Amino acid sequence: MDFESTTEQNMIVDSVRRFVEEECYPHENEVERRGEVPAEVAEAIRAKSIEHGFYAANMPEELGGGGLDALTMTMVERELGRTSFALQMLVHRPSNILRACNDEQAERYLYPAIRGERIDCLAMTEPGAGSDLRGMATRAEADGDDWVINGTKHFISHADVADFTILFAATGEEEVQGRGKRKKITVFLVDHDTPGMQVRAGYNSVSHHGYHNSILEFDNCRVPATQVLGEVHRGFDLAGTWLSASRLTVGATCIGRARRAHEMAVEWAASRKQFGQSIGRFQGIGFKLADMATEIEAAEMLCLRAAWLHDQDRMTDSDAAKAKLYASEMLARVTDECIQIFGGMGLMDELPLERFWRDARIERIWDGTSEIQRHIISRDLLRPYGG
Amino acid sequence: MKVLVPVKRVVDAYVKVRVKSDGSGVETNNIKMSMNPFDEIAVEQAVRLREAGTATEVVAVTIGPQQAQEQLRTALAMGVDRAMHIEADAGVEPLAVAKILSAVCDQESPDLVLLGKQAIDDDSNQTGQMLAALRGWPQGTSISKLEPGDGTVTVTREVDGGLESLELPMPAIATVDLRLNEPRYPKLPNIMKAKKKPIEQSTTADLGVDITPRLKQVKVEEPPARAGGVKVSSVDELIDKLRNEAKVIQ
Ligand SMILES: Cc1cc2nc3c(=O)[nH]c(=O)nc-3n(C[C@H](O)[C@H](O)[C@H](O)COP(=O)(O)OP(=O)(O)OC[C@H]3O[C@@H](n4cnc5c(N)ncnc54)[C@H](O)[C@@H]3O)c2cc1C
Repeated sequence: MDFESTTEQNMIVDSVRRFVEEECYPHENEVERRGEVPAEVAEAIRAKSIEHGFYAANMPEELGGGGLDALTMTMVERELGRTSFALQMLVHRPSNILRACNDEQAERYLYPAIRGERIDCLAMTEPGAGSDLRGMATRAEADGDDWVINGTKHFISHADVADFTILFAATGEEEVQGRGKRKKITVFLVDHDTPGMQVRAGYNSVSHHGYHNSILEFDNCRVPATQVLGEVHRGFDLAGTWLSASRLTVGATCIGRARRAHEMAVEWAASRKQFGQSIGRFQGIGFKLADMATEIEAAEMLCLRAAWLHDQDRMTDSDAAKAKLYASEMLARVTDECIQIFGGMGLMDELPLERFWRDARIERIWDGTSEIQRHIISRDLLRPYGG
Repeated sequence: MKVLVPVKRVVDAYVKVRVKSDGSGVETNNIKMSMNPFDEIAVEQAVRLREAGTATEVVAVTIGPQQAQEQLRTALAMGVDRAMHIEADAGVEPLAVAKILSAVCDQESPDLVLLGKQAIDDDSNQTGQMLAALRGWPQGTSISKLEPGDGTVTVTREVDGGLESLELPMPAIATVDLRLNEPRYPKLPNIMKAKKKPIEQSTTADLGVDITPRLKQVKVEEPPARAGGVKVSSVDELIDKLRNEAKVIQ
């Protein structure tokens, strides 16, 4: 077993780290205060990330992307995860599912997304269908050569700045043996200026200030058949093929943020004195630091291993679920304990810790809640026993 | 103009170093290693000269263990044209390094050798000066500015009284200080390209240089913990303490 990262991976990590520290850190407080990224800052970060080749680093080199494998991408996501989500998402990684574009669609969506000319967002969740995605009510009906879409999506990340949506909609029902009827899902590429589609402001979240979610309304929104991504009714297969690594992205960003919080806590514990000694010398604080360091490394190992398996085409849903579950729950514990180590100051917005703590909350919810991850893992364990 | 840039693998500047319990050195197990920050500045300067069309070729060279090739990859990703690795165990002393570099100069005939003013591991601040002496070439140390001229380079040094400007006929040696520039971080495509570039390998024996140590390291220990300060109530008291206790003024 070889745990050594390559020279290139080390260089990429160093470079991304410097990018994040120099281009993103200085704007964090302003983004947090304003609840948005100032336009000129957004443009500067985007431009610089394109210039440095970090933009679309997940996409294959022959398509114009950075050509990084899942393992290296996980390291990159970890470094990006150190900074505010709203800022790091400007270093856009177009959804891998766009690789399912046919040649004609690639010209209109995939390549412009890789070049940074068009931004994608992805819409599955609805007010009535979260964890139970197949229960979605948004439907597309065939009408001649067109599809007519009706329904509402919510919680759709960065739809406000996106140019098109990768939309999941029900296109029929099928009978599954012994389990009743279930919906058949198809993926559509919908431009945001399509008549009948509206992007409305979403809700204000406690996590990730400046990174917005939207509500998408489809009212007899008509798109031609050329907008179907992949095959009709095979939307979830497509998601299975292309979106499995997105849970590793969540895991990796959690590790980056946990490391940053932990580094601050270590420094503080070494320098803050009470009762005549540094607080880190009290076992009650020192042991917290030790536990956190151990958990962060464990989470990192899970994520890197799952990513490595993904590169070998051998990652299971359970591998990704374990990594996402453990890393997101680890981040919750770490940010909470880091605040404890800082005492009252940890809660004040003078320091980024209260933000890390708030931001940590979403990681156990999106991209599949912790319960859903546990469901995936336990199902994988029990199924062979018929359980 | 051909530029040679020696680079050294050192413990990363942001690592909090720990002294080994047996006092034989600092802990390097599972510790991040990087290019010496001053060497990074030298590489940046050389690459800028190359981009401006002043330099026709930039060659990076490192003396060190196999892993030091990582630092050469960084130099390649930053934009140097060629990289040379001279294999040697860690801990080659400044004079031996200068002799090796002098042998490299025999081979490569650079017009300008740009070095870091010192390496942050042992802080010797000797290699550039020794190399200049061995070659009999003019030198400008700790420079904060470099302007190429016609067969010369003009360098600015930060000295106690202000700035000193020196015009050096080439071939020349310059060691660089912090304020010369801010090194770039490599772009992803350049990192990928650097991976494919060859690294020329040789040994100290190939160059005919004897690197037998002349110095003996007796012991490495932590600097003493800083004692707390005192408040003085007047300027007179301060002067008195500086003169009689600290003995830093007369
Ligand atoms: C800020 C934000 C951005 C988002 N961005 C996007 C986006 O870009 N695109 C997108 O499509 N979605 C997005 N989401 C949606 C996100 O993926 C969902 O919120 C998530 O999948 C959970 O769905 P839900 O909120 O409807 O909760 P529900 O599914 O209603 O869950 C409520 C509770 O019930 C539990 N539960 C549900 N089913 C089970 C079960 N089988 N076993 C045990 N417990 C269960 C859940 O774990 C949870 O605790 C985003 C969400 C947020 C908050």
